[in-house]
Amino acid sequence: GVHDSFSRLIAEQTQDERDPGYERDPGCERDPGYERDPGYERDPGHERDPGRNRGAILSQYYNRTLQLRMRRQSRPSLRDLPHSSRPSLRGYRVESDFSETDIRRQALVSNLQKLSVSDRVRMLRAMPLSMADKRQLRWAPLSSLLLSSPLGHQTPHIVVLCLISLSLSLSLSLSLWFSFLHSLQLWQLALKRVGGRFGTGVLSYFLFLKTLLFFNLFLFLVTGLFLVLPQAVHPPPAVHPFSGLELLTGGGYFSDSVLYYGYYSDTTLNRDCDNNGSAPSPGGWRGLDCARQGLSYSMPLAYFFTIGTAFFITCIILVFSMSRSFGQSFRVEQSPSLLAMKAFCSWDFKVVKTSSVALMSENIGTQLRELLADVTRNHANQTAGQRLWRLLVHGLAWTICSGSTVACALAVHYLAQHMHAVRHTHTHTDTDTHARARTKSSLNVSAASCGLDADDRLCCCVVCRNLMLKVSLLSVLCFHWLGREATSGLQCWESFVGQELYRFLLMDFIFTLLDTLLGEFLWRLFSEKVLKKSRRPVFDIARNVLELIYGQTLAWLGVLFTPLLPGVQIIKLLLLFYIKMSSVMLNCQAPRKPYRASKMTTVFITLLCFPSFLGASVCVTYTMWSIAPSRACGPFRGLSTMMQAGRLWVEQLRDANPHLTWLATAHSYLVENPLFLFVAAGVFMIIIYFNSQVVGGQRKVIALLQEQIKNEGEDKKFLIRQLQTTHAKKRDTPARRSQQVRHCDDAVTRRGKASFSLPDSDPRYSSTFCNRGNATGRFRLSIQSPAGIW
Amino acid sequence: MGATASHLGKDLLSEYQELTFLTKQEILLAHKRFTELLSREDKNLPDPRAPTEAILTLPELKSNPFRERIVRVFSTSESRDGLTFEDFLDLLSAFSDSATLEIKSHYAFRIFDFDDDGTLDENDLEKLVNCLTGETDETRLTPDEMKQLISNILEESDIDKDGTVNLSEFQHVISRSPDFVSSFKIVL
Repeated sequence: GVHDSFSRLIAEQTQDERDPGYERDPGCERDPGYERDPGYERDPGHERDPGRNRGAILSQYYNRTLQLRMRRQSRPSLRDLPHSSRPSLRGYRVESDFSETDIRRQALVSNLQKLSVSDRVRMLRAMPLSMADKRQLRWAPLSSLLLSSPLGHQTPHIVVLCLISLSLSLSLSLSLWFSFLHSLQLWQLALKRVGGRFGTGVLSYFLFLKTLLFFNLFLFLVTGLFLVLPQAVHPPPAVHPFSGLELLTGGGYFSDSVLYYGYYSDTTLNRDCDNNGSAPSPGGWRGLDCARQGLSYSMPLAYFFTIGTAFFITCIILVFSMSRSFGQSFRVEQSPSLLAMKAFCSWDFKVVKTSSVALMSENIGTQLRELLADVTRNHANQTAGQRLWRLLVHGLAWTICSGSTVACALAVHYLAQHMHAVRHTHTHTDTDTHARARTKSSLNVSAASCGLDADDRLCCCVVCRNLMLKVSLLSVLCFHWLGREATSGLQCWESFVGQELYRFLLMDFIFTLLDTLLGEFLWRLFSEKVLKKSRRPVFDIARNVLELIYGQTLAWLGVLFTPLLPGVQIIKLLLLFYIKMSSVMLNCQAPRKPYRASKMTTVFITLLCFPSFLGASVCVTYTMWSIAPSRACGPFRGLSTMMQAGRLWVEQLRDANPHLTWLATAHSYLVENPLFLFVAAGVFMIIIYFNSQVVGGQRKVIALLQEQIKNEGEDKKFLIRQLQTTHAKKRDTPARRSQQVRHCDDAVTRRGKASFSLPDSDPRYSSTFCNRGNATGRFRLSIQSPAGIW
Repeated sequence: MGATASHLGKDLLSEYQELTFLTKQEILLAHKRFTELLSREDKNLPDPRAPTEAILTLPELKSNPFRERIVRVFSTSESRDGLTFEDFLDLLSAFSDSATLEIKSHYAFRIFDFDDDGTLDENDLEKLVNCLTGETDETRLTPDEMKQLISNILEESDIDKDGTVNLSEFQHVISRSPDFVSSFKIVL
């Protein structure tokens, strides 16, 4: 068993020494992970499984199954353990003293049989054993040598059973849904090719595109099913003829179609009604008698609730995926172990193409050398002059960037004002073109100015600047639309805003195409033919992802005004995928800089949630809450705000059915009162603070445990030295000496190497103990810290 | 065992699904690719073993500098040469999307342990860095840099200061890198 006192161990060893049948060679140290029994040398499992003894794996998983059955946390609570208890003891708190591998296996099998099916499957999958071993564990007949479990068989409470079965069925249905999605295997082969050639970084861009596609698909289905389809079945007469130009301008035929808000009627659509449904009664709230006789579908209500529910569900999905991604990439411990991590974790096994592998090797070599230089160089040596220079460059770049952002925003603002004053209908594309051109030029300026900065922070800087530009542009435009156009007395301002957003989306797509063409295709031709270099352009992941986020913000902004905009966005994303894929394959090369895919994915999902979705939902909520809808078109004509639709419906329900007064009061308190939002925000803040304190505590515990493990190593060395001294005193007969040398050599050859070597200086040791001639004379021990201690 | 070279029995398929992280399509695809690697005589054997040379011709492993180590680690034969179909599934399961961090780090440790002694000592680390940096002399590190690098790695990751990195210390380093799970993947 595990010894917890040195003096006992030393006493034991001295006792064994006096035993004439003593065979155990004291010179060869045994790890706690390996068995201590004399039958160790005969264990056949050792030869086949040198990395980790099978017995150790079996006992570790026996503990795990036991703890799973006890339904306790896998990590033992630190409070319950004595403070002086060594870390190696804590994980083995419940380990029984097994001496035979067979009994160990039987115990594990019996534990596995007692687990539930899903737990058993999960446990079996997670075991690092070969398939033959796992099959034996799964199907082994239980023999009579079974050890009974230390706990009694507890029957769980009926409520717990119900909850468990409910959660199981939920998880089963979720897993079915995800396996269905996975089996769709959209673009699986193309993604594998990209990953095989460019690695995880570029692949994350395409995966992000796929995620956005699914978001838009969901939005499109919801709006299509509940808004577009019912309205399309009851069409008012078409005014304009169709010509191809509408695809670009969004006007003409489209302006009176399902695409825009203005098309939707404000009445209750119904069939089997008195007036045949062809001339819907004005002011839909009065048409309820007709509605009761047949199938009725209240368009205003449907519009309001569909948009609200779609946004709410998107919010939940976004927050969920953001927290999951954050949880995957957040690491409690902050201390850097850069070189070890680079050496162990940097090889990307997905990369398959030979030239990419060669490039990756070259990159890793360069990074290792740079890191080594960084680590060995003393940072304090960097002179104040150099640091000042870096600060200056950074400051200059940021001023240029902010200045160009402000100039850009002002230009767009004045341009929009001018357009508003002149009221041209065809040249609105000028606003977009100007905005885009200025964006591009300022981006290029800022990118050129920070070419001097060569580290990872550059990526974040570029992302921040890009983001700042786009956010400021969008906010100026929103202010202009919601503040000016809404109150300007336009015939149908919502449709106008919808048209603008449609055009913006289209312009964004066209500019991305141009960017791909110029930035990647032409640049590659230029560098190959003119400059005669084989260096191809690098795919700029951050910039492309930000373009995607910008497009998605526009789509979210526009859903209220243009219910079919998600459909347009879907078409755009599909085209973009194939164009970007072919461009990357033909024109680009793998990135040279290390790309922390997981961290950047978290950043992008957070950006998608916070500025992008939050901004869009704030705009939409503001529109619904306080801006008066236009009087002449749309499903909310005649109401003071769009929210009034919901309010009126609730009042109607209350009038129709007096039992539902609570609904009206609840509605007025929850939905209309902003205090609810403040309270919810306060609760979130408290949860975040609590979690951050827990993380801080865990960091302290980790530091303490590391210290303890180091001390334990020192203890062990001291112990071995004491043992050697003790044994050396007992050594006197030459026959004994030679016998031990023989045993020692046998054990050494069987294990592959001795666990420690001894100082050469002491002549007593050289003939008695195993001597590998190691000149340093360091003790080399293998201390098996328990896995799962943190 | 119920698996001939051409067809995989349904109960065997469900058993494989239970014991590995692979889905049904992945197992069937693996079966197809594995039988392509076998020679004609081997195809009629009840539990055929594909030789190492054939496995190293797979495009997913062909350029990987750790390919021989991977085959050695997952092989269950006495001479550590060649994979049966079940070994092949074990390999794909450990490298699949849904495998846990623990399984991946366990097998990564065994792959990097070039002398198969259960710990990563200086020789193992040196061979690892040489595999990472490639074959040509210009990308490899000089002996001085190598020594410096190895001593730094040991200083960072060897907690009990015994001069080697054991499995738990390795898993501790790996757990700090969130990119490991996504980069330790091979998909057929």
